[in-house]
Parts: sequence; C-alpha cells; structure tokens
Amino acid sequence: MMTDSLLCVEHLTMRFGGLSAINDLSFHAKKNQITAIIGPNGAGKTTVFNCLTGFYKPNVGKISLTSPSGRIFLLERMEGFRIAKEARLARTFQNIRLFTGMSVLENLMVAQHNLLMRASLYSLAGLFGSSSFRRAEQRALELARYWLNKIGLLDYADQPAGSLPYGSQRRLEIARAMCTDPVLLCLDEPAAGLNPKESYDLNGLLLDIRSEFQIGILLIEHDMSVVMNISDHVVVLDHGARIAEGSPTAVQADPAVIHAYLGTAPEEPTC
Amino acid sequence: MDYFLQQLINGLTLGAIYGLIAIGYTMVYGIIGMINFAHGDIYMLGAFISMIGFLLMGVLGITFLPLALLLVLLIAMVFTALYGWTVERLAYRPLRGSVKLAPLISAIGMSIVLQNFAQVAQGARVKPLPPIIKGSIQLSSANADYPVTLSYLQIVIMLVTIALMLGFSWLITRTSLGRSQRATEQDMTMAALLGIDVDRVVSTTFVIGAALAAVAGLMVTLYYGVIDFYIGFVAGMKAFTAAVLGGIGSLPGAMLGGLLIGLIEAFWSAYFSIEYKDVAAFSILILVLLFRPTGLLGKPEVEKV
Repeated sequence: MMTDSLLCVEHLTMRFGGLSAINDLSFHAKKNQITAIIGPNGAGKTTVFNCLTGFYKPNVGKISLTSPSGRIFLLERMEGFRIAKEARLARTFQNIRLFTGMSVLENLMVAQHNLLMRASLYSLAGLFGSSSFRRAEQRALELARYWLNKIGLLDYADQPAGSLPYGSQRRLEIARAMCTDPVLLCLDEPAAGLNPKESYDLNGLLLDIRSEFQIGILLIEHDMSVVMNISDHVVVLDHGARIAEGSPTAVQADPAVIHAYLGTAPEEPTC
Repeated sequence: MDYFLQQLINGLTLGAIYGLIAIGYTMVYGIIGMINFAHGDIYMLGAFISMIGFLLMGVLGITFLPLALLLVLLIAMVFTALYGWTVERLAYRPLRGSVKLAPLISAIGMSIVLQNFAQVAQGARVKPLPPIIKGSIQLSSANADYPVTLSYLQIVIMLVTIALMLGFSWLITRTSLGRSQRATEQDMTMAALLGIDVDRVVSTTFVIGAALAAVAGLMVTLYYGVIDFYIGFVAGMKAFTAAVLGGIGSLPGAMLGGLLIGLIEAFWSAYFSIEYKDVAAFSILILVLLFRPTGLLGKPEVEKV
C-alpha cells in the first residue's frame, strides 16, 4: 500500500484554539491517480489543503511527498514557496486567484519563473541577450502555448486574465498550476460555479492531465458528477476525521457516509 | 519665451532626478504596501558614495571622463544597493506581517540612523565637488535678450535617465524577474504558491530602487556640486510627492510625477519666488490628496481577497 504512494498524510491534527479542524487524519494519494476528498461543509477539506501548502503548520502529524527521484519531502517542515519549488506541489483555489492584471500568457509564464530565473542567471544574462536565456524563454513560451491550446484560450493569450469568463479562468488556473511542473496537483473545488457542460469538459481535462503527465491529482469537490466519474480513490471527511475511504462506488454505499451527508434516525446522536 | 525655454530645461533635469528617486518609493509601496521613508537617505548615501568614488578616481589617476563616470556610476549603484538591501533586511523584513504602522515607524527610524551615520562618518559640513562635466550648448542666438543654455551635464542627466527608465521598463515588463515582481505585487501568497521566493523578490525591489536612487545621487552631486548629510530629507519628500502625484504604485506615474514636480519647482522659482519653491511642491501633494487621491495614473485601491 505504501509502495507507489505519492503523498502520505499521517495523524494530521490541526487545532484553532479549542476547535479541532482536523483530527488524527491519515490518508494517502497515489501517483497517476485522482484522489478526491469529499465531505459536508466544514469537514476540514480546505484546511487539509492549507496544511499541505504550508499556510498552516499542523499541530501534530506528518505529511510526506515522494518526488520522482525518490527523495521524500516533509511538507509540514517546509517554507511555503519551497513546497511549490522543490517538492513540486501545485494548488488552485476555490475562489480563483489569477493575477488578474497580467495577461493570460503572462500568468502561465510567471509559473515557470524558477526555470527561467535559473536559465537567465536572475535576468542578468537577459540584459546581454545571452542565447541560453532566449532558448529558455522560447521553451517557456512553447509550454505556455501548449497549455493555452489545451484549454482553448490560445486566441486570448494577450487579454488580461481578469477579463476572461469564469469557466475560462478556472481552466487557466489549472493550466497555470500545471506550468509549475508539479508531481501533485491539488484542486480546491475546480467545478464550483461551472455549468454542466463546463464541468463535463473539466472531467476530460483532468483525466487528460492524469494520463498524459502521470502525476497525482488531489481534488476537493462537492460536484458528485465530477467525483464519481473521474476519481480513482475517494476519502470522506466529517468533522475533521476520515469516516470512509475507497473506490467511488464503495464509498457511495458506505453507511457512515450516508449518515454524514443525510443523517439517520434521530435516536443516533451525531458526534 | 527664451526664459521659459531655459526653465523648461532646468525643470526637466530636476524632474529626471526626482523621477529616479520616486521609482524607489512607488515600487516598494506597490509590493509591500509601505512608504519607505528611508529612501531619501539611501539617495543621500548614493550621493556620498559618488563623491567618494570621484575622489577614488582621482587617486587612481583615471582621468578619462567617460570611463571615470561609468566606474563611479557602478560603484555608487552597487554600494547603495547594498545599503538598500541591508535596510530592508534589518528594519523591515522582521516586521512584515505585523501591524502596518510598525514598518513605517521603523522606516522613519532608519532614516534618522542613516542621516546620523553620514553625519558622523562624513562630517556635518557641506562637501563641495568641483564641476567635472563642463561646457554647454548655446540654444538662443547671440543677440537674444536672455541666453538659453543647455549644459552637457544636463544632456548627460537626461540621457542617463531615459536609458535607465527604458532599461527598467524592459526589466519589469519583459523579463522573468519583472513578471515575478508584478505577480508578487498582485498576490503575494499566490506567487509563493507558484514557487516564487517572495522574500527574494522584495529584496530585489529594494536593491533596484536603491540603485536608481544612487544614480540620482550621483547626478545631484554633479549638478549642484555640493552635498551634505541632510539632502536626503527634502529630496526624498519631493520624490515621494512625485510618486503620489503620479499615483503611488504606478511606475509610469512615478516618472511622470517626477517630471511634473521638477517643472513646477523650476517654473515657480523662476516666475514667483525661489524661497517658496518647496511650498509649491508640497501644496501639490495636498491638492492631489484632496482631489485625486489615486494620483494621475494610479488605479483605485481594490481590496485584495
């Protein structure tokens, strides 16, 4: 079970004052798989993401991410930007956070910042027009164009990102995360606010990313048409603890999950 | 008309210098939302380092003027940038994330520290430098009632400023460094999530701002020929006014604001009263704050979510 595990969360606990947002949570996400985290509102899903990306430092627990080279990163000990740069974990937000004042293309270029900075010797070489800088810039542009093409925004490359319609902004945010060359892509409610057609297209995009780049995808989602159709593995949270785990169909039939979502007979007190 | 033309030349020269300092204010404000009140003193240090640089050139016997100028420019930029970097590291970074007033007070403290440092290290007396770039072009005909001159020094100042502004705009709009700078300015957290080392970006901002202020310091040393430890205060306040006039946070705004303040000061001194030229410049600050708080090219502040 641990062998091809990409992300391994063990005994994660996050308290805010007296409130335990996450309580002794353990789960793992595998490479080349889409893992969905679901649960009722306030179950602690986004808090898990915030712990993964270094926004919160968990009180207890270990979060390890295995890089393709075999190196293991302990995310709870790393600075925010190093999690993205070295452990290569990318994330999107429930409320989209594009650089709205920058162009669509620039949003994708800025995600390739580290690669470009190294190639350009922190822009010094760029001043003298070195060829390695221009080659790196060219490669970055190609990757950006590849993603623009994939998400159907090639014609909008020079528009300000903030002027795009909502659905396009979502796809752009995913493309931007992919431009950082992640090993694990964490998506916080990517289907929120999308219409059924857009949500269906999103499924296609995510399956595409999984098969083409062989990376792990960790997904928080309320839209069950997304979760049930594309997930390989589902983790169900309630009140900060894991109540079920397994394949989408197994989870759907789990009594604990039905209880958490719908409640059961009144004599059973909810915890 | 000739008199007007002369004031225009003087105003543009002065404005170029203010513009270079104003960029430092506006960049720092854009990226971490604080007014770096020590920036004027960084410029003052730039002037002192330039003067030391010229003396060094004299000692080393480098008399070929363009080479000496270039070397002094480099020395001033490098050392002043180091000061800028250090100030951020010591006085501002530890306070990032605390209340907004804390780095501001720290900046005022840093300003006093730098002034006293220069006063103790270099003495309180005014330091003269003999004119280095001499000569001028006569623009008006010989029998005109008011001779209009454009000195070579003024040409150098304007050319250097234009070159720096172009290079700087290129850096901000075209390079990866500039992109990460703009990204950090918009959303620091998101920039970090894309693997951008935000601390380094902020440091770079201070380094660039200080290097530009050093150039301004060098040019003032050449232009006026006298400097003292206190020049940073007034010049800093004027450049700050320029940044506010142009719209704080906006880079083209800082350049435009600098030019306007320079022109206002020159024309006010020429046509009204030279004693009240600072009053004119600061009245502009008050008027802008009253009637157009976002400045000429600034955008209204949108609360970041």
